[in-house]
Amino acid sequence: MNTFLWVIVPYLCLATFVVGHYWRYRYDKFGWTTRSSQLYENRLLRLGSPLFHFGMLGVVAGHFVGLLVPESWTNGAGLSNHAYHWGALVGGLAAAAATLAGLVILIYRRRTVGPVFSATTKMDKLMYVFLAGVILLGIWNTVSGASFLFGGHEYDYRQGVSIWFRQFWSFHPDPALMGAAPLSFQLHAFVASLLFALWPFTRLVHVFSAPVGYLTRPYIVYRSRDTQLGNRRPGRGWEPLG
Amino acid sequence: MRVMAQMAMVMNLDKCIGCHTCSVTCKQAWTNRSGTEYVWFNNVETRPGQGYPRTYEDQERWQGGWKLNRRGRLSLKAGGRFRKLATIFSNPKLPSIHDYYEPWTYDYATLTDAPAQEHTPVARPKSLLTGGDTKITWSSNWDDDLGGSKASFENDPVLAKVSTEVKRSFEDTFMFYLPRICEHCLNPSCAASCPSGAIYKRSEDGIVLVDQDRCRGWRMCVSGCPYKKIYFNHRTGKAEKCTFCFPRIEVGLPTVCSETCVGRLRYLGLILYDADRVLDAASTPDDQDLYRAQREILLDPNDPEVVAAAERDGVPHDWVMAAQRSPIHALIQTYEVALPLHPEYRTMPMVWYIPPLSPVVDAIGETGEDPEDQRNLFAAIDALRIPVEYLAGLFTAGDTAVVDSVLQRLAAMRSYMRDLNLGREPDPGIPARVGMSEEEMYDMYRLLALAKYDERYVIPAAHAEQAHSLEALGTECPVGSGPFGEGSGSPVPIAVENFTMLRNRQTADTVAAPDDKATRVNLLNWDGRGIPTGLFPPRQEVTETEEVGEAGTPDTSDDGATGPGGTGGLTGGADYR
Repeated sequence: MNTFLWVIVPYLCLATFVVGHYWRYRYDKFGWTTRSSQLYENRLLRLGSPLFHFGMLGVVAGHFVGLLVPESWTNGAGLSNHAYHWGALVGGLAAAAATLAGLVILIYRRRTVGPVFSATTKMDKLMYVFLAGVILLGIWNTVSGASFLFGGHEYDYRQGVSIWFRQFWSFHPDPALMGAAPLSFQLHAFVASLLFALWPFTRLVHVFSAPVGYLTRPYIVYRSRDTQLGNRRPGRGWEPLG
Repeated sequence: MRVMAQMAMVMNLDKCIGCHTCSVTCKQAWTNRSGTEYVWFNNVETRPGQGYPRTYEDQERWQGGWKLNRRGRLSLKAGGRFRKLATIFSNPKLPSIHDYYEPWTYDYATLTDAPAQEHTPVARPKSLLTGGDTKITWSSNWDDDLGGSKASFENDPVLAKVSTEVKRSFEDTFMFYLPRICEHCLNPSCAASCPSGAIYKRSEDGIVLVDQDRCRGWRMCVSGCPYKKIYFNHRTGKAEKCTFCFPRIEVGLPTVCSETCVGRLRYLGLILYDADRVLDAASTPDDQDLYRAQREILLDPNDPEVVAAAERDGVPHDWVMAAQRSPIHALIQTYEVALPLHPEYRTMPMVWYIPPLSPVVDAIGETGEDPEDQRNLFAAIDALRIPVEYLAGLFTAGDTAVVDSVLQRLAAMRSYMRDLNLGREPDPGIPARVGMSEEEMYDMYRLLALAKYDERYVIPAAHAEQAHSLEALGTECPVGSGPFGEGSGSPVPIAVENFTMLRNRQTADTVAAPDDKATRVNLLNWDGRGIPTGLFPPRQEVTETEEVGEAGTPDTSDDGATGPGGTGGLTGGADYR
C-alpha cells in the first residue's frame, strides 16, 4: 500500500504533469493564458489576487526551504532546530494567512459576481477543490506544527517527508518514510500529487509563463512578417529563397 | 540612418459624416465573435465628447503612453518593468467593462414564443456577460451627435484643458467626428508594456500585431496604450487589436474601413522613416515640439541618399517607388495639412488627421457672411478660438499656431478653387499667402477632393515570392494528389501573385469579351461553310459584303448559335471554355 501511495501514484502524477504540459503547449498555445476576469470586476480582485499570489510565492519559497534544504545544512549554518521551527512557523503562518485570505476573497468573488461566475469552467471548479484542499491541509500542518510551543511532541517533517521528497527526485524513494508521517501530512502530499496531475489541464499553466524575460528584453519587439503567405507551407524543396 | 517603411493612414475629417460604416464593416470583418462584443477596432467618436472607452484621453487617470522621467529620459507613464511585474496580479489602471459598456443582446425568442396575451410581447435586453436582464446605459457611441451631451460633455478630457468660456458655449459652436483605429505607432507603448513580448511591430510595414499564441493575458497592454485601442477578449483571455487588415494590405488592398468609407476620407500609403532617431524624437522635452520632431524623422523618398539607404536596409525598390507616390507623405510633408492624434503621448502615432475646417465655415455661414471668401475665412480662423483651441488639444498638444496654419491652407484652397470653378480669374495671392504655389494648391485640391482609388490607396504588395505556386496553379491540381484520393491534400495557398492573378481574371473583360475578338476564331461551331471572322485577314475592298456573309453563316449552321451578328455568335463560344 505504501508503495502504491508514495511511489506509484506520485510518479504517475509527475508523468502526467510533464507530458501534459508538453501536450498542452503543442496543441493549445492559444488557450495558454491566465484567463483574467479583471475586466468584469476589480474591487475584490484588487485585494484578493495580490494577497493570494504573493502569499503563494511565500508558500513556494517555504516549501523550497523545508523540502530541499537538508536539516544538516541549517544545523551546519549554526541555526538551531528550535530557531528554525520558529522561523518556519512565523513565515509559514504569514504566507498561509495571506494565501487563505486571498483564496477566500477570490472564491467569494467567483461565486457572487455574475459575469465572473458564468465565465468559470468545470475545470476551474475542479481545480479550485483540489487547490483549496491542498492549501487547507497545508495550513493545518503548519498550525499543528505550533504544538511544540506547548511542549507537545511535534512531527519533524525534515526527518521524514523531506527526505522522501529528495529521494523522489533521485528516483530512490523510501515509501516507509511517508508511511510513518502523520495523516495530515500524508493527505497533503497525496492531494498535492493529484493537483499536479491536474495542473496542465487547468489555467494553472500560467504559472509557467511568469514573464521574467520582460526584465531583460528591449521594450519594442520587431518581428519579420511570416514569409509564408496563406495557410500552408510550400512543398519540400519549394521554399522561397532568401 | 536606418530606413524603415511604415504603412500609414491619413483621415480627412472635413469629409466624415459620422455614418459609422467603417466601424460596422470592421466589426463584421474582425470582431463579430463572442468575447469581442464590446471591441471596436474602428470607432467613430463625436467631438466634443468622452470618446470610447469613456475619457480614455485623461492620461492622469489612465497613465497610458510615455512620459519623460526626472532625468529627461523616456519611460512608460504607468511605471517601468519592475512596477509592471509587481502589479501583474491586479493591473491598477485597467479600465473595467463599465468604462466601455456591458455588451447585450435581446431576448428575441419571446417575440415568437410568448403565449397569447393582452399586450404585445417585448424583447428584453439581456447581458452577454451574465445572461441576465440588464439595463442599457452606455455603448460605444452613446453620445453620438452630442446626444446627451449636457450630462456627459463635462467629462471630455480635451475640453477640460481649453478655457472655461469655450466650454460654456461649445454646444452652439461646433461638432465633428473623429474616426479612430489603432495608431500603429513608431514607438508603441503597448508593445513596451507587454510582459510576454507578444506584441510586435512588423519590420517590413510597421503594422503592430498581437501574437495570439504568445499572449498570456497579463493585460498590461490595455492600460499601456494611451488610445485604448487594445482590447481584452474576455472569453479567450487574450489581447486583440486593430490589425490594419494586414492580409488585405499584403496583397495590395486597402483596409476594410478605408474600402467601405462612403466619404472616401481615408488615405493609405507608405512613409519611410529613420528608425535610429525615433527614440530621440519621442524624447523631445517640450510636448508642443513633438509634432515637428515626428515630422523630422520622416524621410524624403525622393532624396537619392534616402533611396540608396533604403536599398541598403532592405526596403524593396517597388516599395520606395510606392513611398514616392504616397498620398500620406504628400499630406504630411508636402502640403503639411495632416496632424498626428495626441503627439503628447510620445508614441509617434501613424494615423494622421486633416483637421476639419467645417466648424469655421459653419460659423461664418450662420452670420450671413460669405463662407467661401478668403478674407472672411482667415478672419474667422483668427477670431474663432473655440474650435482651434480644441483641435490643438487633439492634434498638437495645444499649439494653436500649427492648427491655424493648416486651417488657413484649407481655407485658401477653398476660396482659390472657387474662383477657378466659377470661371473667374484665379488669385495667385491666395496660395502665396499660405506659402504655396498655385500649382501646389491645385495638386492639393486634386488629392483632397478628386483623388481616385489608386491615388488614395498606394499600397505595394508584400514580398513573398512564390514562383512555384504560380506555375503550380495548374500542376498542383488536387485531383488524386493527396493520400486519400481525389480532392484530398491541401488547397492552393493564397499568395500575392495568385491573388492578383485571380482578381485580374475576375475583373478583366478579357475572358467574356476578349479585346482581340477580331482575331479570334472559334472553330468549334464552324460547320465548314462560309468564312468565320478572323480566320482570314479582312479583305480591304469588299468589307460590306463580307459582313453580310458573316451574319448569314451562323444562321444556317446547325449549332443554333444565333447571335445578333456573326462575331457575337462565333466568339460567344469563349464563354464555354
